[in-house]
Amino acid sequence: MATTRLTPTVSIYARRVLPNHWDGVAFVLIIALFALAGYAARQMTVPLSVATASPVSLDPGRLPDYALRTTLRMLLALLASLLFTFTYATLAAKVRRAEVLLVPLLDILQSVPILGFISVTIVAFMALFPGSLLGAELAAIFAIFTSQAWNMAFSFYQGLRTLPKDLDEAARSFRLSAWLRFWRVEVPFAMPGLVWNMMMSMSGGWFFVVAAEAISVGHTTIRLPGIGSYIALAIERQDLAAIGWAVLTMLGVILLYDQLLFRPLVAWSERFRFEQSAGEAAPSSWVLIVLRRARLIQALATLPRRLARLTAAAATTPPRARRAAANGAGRELIGKAVWYALIAAGIAYVVWRVTTFLAGGLGTGDLVDAGLAGLATFVRVAVLIALASAVWVPVGVWIGLRPRLARAAQPIAQFLAAFPANLLFPIAVFAIHRFALDPDIWLSPLMVLGTQWYILFNVIAGASAFPTDLRYAAANLGVRGWQWWRRVILPGIFPYYLTGAITATGGSWNASVVAEYVSWGDSKLAAYGLGAYIAKATETGDYSRIVLGIAVMSVFVILCNRLLWRPLYLFAERRLTLD
Amino acid sequence: MALVEGKDLLDVRAIRQSFRKPGGGDLSVLEDVNLALREGEIVGLLGRSGSGKSTLLRLIAGLNRPTGGDIVYHGEALHGPAKGIAMVFQSFALFPWLTVLENVELGLEALGTPEREMRKLALAAIDLIGLDGYESAYPKELSGGMRQRVGFARAIVVHPDILLMDEPFSALDILTAETLRGDFLDLWCEGQMPIKSVLLVTHNIEEAVLMCDRILVFASNPGRIAQEIRIDLPQPRNRADIAFRKTVDSIYIAMTEKSGEAARRTHTERFPGTGIATVLPRISINVLAGLLEAVAAPPYHGRADLPVIASALNMEIDDLFPVAETLQMMRFAEVAEGDIRLSKAGLDFAQKETEDRKRLFAEHLLTYVPLAAHIRRVLDERASHRAPMSRFRDELEDHMREDLAERTLRAVISWARYAELFSYNDQDEMFSLENPT
Repeated sequence: MATTRLTPTVSIYARRVLPNHWDGVAFVLIIALFALAGYAARQMTVPLSVATASPVSLDPGRLPDYALRTTLRMLLALLASLLFTFTYATLAAKVRRAEVLLVPLLDILQSVPILGFISVTIVAFMALFPGSLLGAELAAIFAIFTSQAWNMAFSFYQGLRTLPKDLDEAARSFRLSAWLRFWRVEVPFAMPGLVWNMMMSMSGGWFFVVAAEAISVGHTTIRLPGIGSYIALAIERQDLAAIGWAVLTMLGVILLYDQLLFRPLVAWSERFRFEQSAGEAAPSSWVLIVLRRARLIQALATLPRRLARLTAAAATTPPRARRAAANGAGRELIGKAVWYALIAAGIAYVVWRVTTFLAGGLGTGDLVDAGLAGLATFVRVAVLIALASAVWVPVGVWIGLRPRLARAAQPIAQFLAAFPANLLFPIAVFAIHRFALDPDIWLSPLMVLGTQWYILFNVIAGASAFPTDLRYAAANLGVRGWQWWRRVILPGIFPYYLTGAITATGGSWNASVVAEYVSWGDSKLAAYGLGAYIAKATETGDYSRIVLGIAVMSVFVILCNRLLWRPLYLFAERRLTLD
Repeated sequence: MALVEGKDLLDVRAIRQSFRKPGGGDLSVLEDVNLALREGEIVGLLGRSGSGKSTLLRLIAGLNRPTGGDIVYHGEALHGPAKGIAMVFQSFALFPWLTVLENVELGLEALGTPEREMRKLALAAIDLIGLDGYESAYPKELSGGMRQRVGFARAIVVHPDILLMDEPFSALDILTAETLRGDFLDLWCEGQMPIKSVLLVTHNIEEAVLMCDRILVFASNPGRIAQEIRIDLPQPRNRADIAFRKTVDSIYIAMTEKSGEAARRTHTERFPGTGIATVLPRISINVLAGLLEAVAAPPYHGRADLPVIASALNMEIDDLFPVAETLQMMRFAEVAEGDIRLSKAGLDFAQKETEDRKRLFAEHLLTYVPLAAHIRRVLDERASHRAPMSRFRDELEDHMREDLAERTLRAVISWARYAELFSYNDQDEMFSLENPT
């Protein structure tokens, strides 16, 4: 049971105290990268005819095959994310100069609504492999990758940076080579946090894979065989039964995936947990038990270790002593100056490129448009998160204080968080259409449909972890009713609630791109907001507006994080913990 | 063992270590330390926390580089962790995801030892240290004592010349520590361990006398070797032995003289001017009152032998000395020649009720702790009677390291709260004169 394992996420946020101006640098770089990709995409006028290359059918018998393909994309993206994590985070943690740039970069990347950019990446990837679906496949995988990689890299970076001093000293005094140290000390230490973040990433990933498989950009429509395309076709043909089949299949897929991959992983990673006490019930997994008892698998499992040992013998460059802080050198300063000058030059260049790109088709009027739309989406997100909190905090507390119930409810909440809510959109849209409801209001709940569960299961985790003696003390003092909520339980679960609310908010911003602009057959429903703004720009292939929309949304998300969530986090860390 | 005077294994020559202070300038933690480690001896580095003994051990382990001076091992200057030097950690520093066997094998693996050989050596070390049967256990399944045995096995398995031990028994309960120490000494005296010499960091005087052939007593500010003491008692040594007790007493006296002198200096002479720049230890008022009461009560009646009162209260020198020194700084007691003697005010305090105690404490705090008086004065002078903590923190950081400044302020805050001299709000980090009514 991975219920109370929220510390990694918590500490990730709490520890980010890096110089803020680097965030600006990172922001510029990322938006510039998108602008350049969009620019490249605009250059490609070649009509892509792959849309008809492999037709998707609505036959439910094809669904297992589609599910398999969708899952395969997920796994490939996860693999790519792992590779990225091991290299990027290691570089950030080990090379001081890389760190000042890489870490803020990651922070901003987390805030970019990548869903809005699938269109651009698809066109760019397809240009790499003209005439085949491989480009579209890669683009879909890339989209999932972008939804998974950042927080994994962050957690691994935190793991590397927070390796306890005595373990570091032991590793160095036993002269472990960098390679051996990485695999035997650093990776294991970072593992529980990494696995937890992988799980969160995958939950988010289902949402993206469904959105990324079927996409139309301008005149190009791409349908990769998979559940997402199946749903898209069902929407086009207005086939409610087919949507029902797809939802059922997805439920099965996520259940299998949870049982076969993630339960075992979480249970396995438990032994890397640093606390050296055998406290609380350890998570368990029947799959892991089976694997552990299988002799062949066990033999295979020692392979990486043997490999590591072989390479370790080859690479025995012993570590060097570290210098005390007092021994600064002049040459160091010059190197630093050159490095910063290089970064500054790079920034100046990309700022110039971005402005010329955006200035090509846009004026200040567009900026105001996008800003106002962003404000509308912001209000929507804020109201919905508040509503979801009002519902799920009491429910979560109620469940969390009942251990047996919590054990049963927790996996369900996690499961619901992993389920791609966009599969359910058509049903809602059908209803809105049928009863002629106002899309500005009734499309909004779709944004939190999938993300509200993060609030629920974090609150459950917080309430389960609430110290029993404090509960008894409160009861003994006769604290009841509103006073009990205000003085006892709400402060107790607040850090957990924050983790959930932050995840939910980020997810909702992202979801707005698909939730504010939906279709059912030929009819389209749009709510006024930034998500719809981006979605419409995507449909017409208007790259300038896509980039602008994404930039504005990123600014909103970053401001939210800086001005609201981070101060709250620091407050929670300082006031609501007892040590 | 002490009779076998071997050749020099390791030479520490004129080692200096300093760190840069946040406000600029260097803070010296080790100054001109010289020592030679010879084959066949156990050398103890004894001192209070903060005297730089652990820093020195880490320099010898090659984990940090000294600011000045050389560490010569096998005729060559040390530039990083050396092959023949292994370390045992206070916190054990076991890798929780590796089994006992894997933990022990790790050092060999780093050396590129062939697998078969590795297994043989590891099992031999596990056997020697008394861990037989625990090979496949994970550290979290073991008790503290067993964990530290793994720490020992892991260190000796690489057959080091020198074993560095950083307070290896201080994280264990008294009984377990005693057993482990005994087992270690037995193996050492029988020559069963594949090591040539041991360097032991400790703050426990009895432990040092029990185990070492030579003791180097460290003094603080900056850390340096104040005294070298040879222990010629035969092994196994007996704590109840008169010669043993005498040695312990004499080290106590030597250390209180040093600290007494330091405490007197800390008042004002050391930092001319305001005198606010004294580093204060964070000692709870309950502990201060506790020691005053204990010494005032029979059978001591205001005067006690430090080793005696330490063992009666179950405190180690690291716990006891700062308390005694704080009492001395506030003129509630005097520490000299291994004794603590209460002043009239100290005896008064011990007999009074809460309100009177607070008054007396406030008086002494204002008179003898310049920082407390300083903060109070600033608050009195300001019309708002409020001042931010940062104002005083900046002042302190001109003279001391950031963390010490923080600690000093926290100490003053907690004493002033008890004395009701001024109040402090952690929320906005403000000092004020107001009290919640």
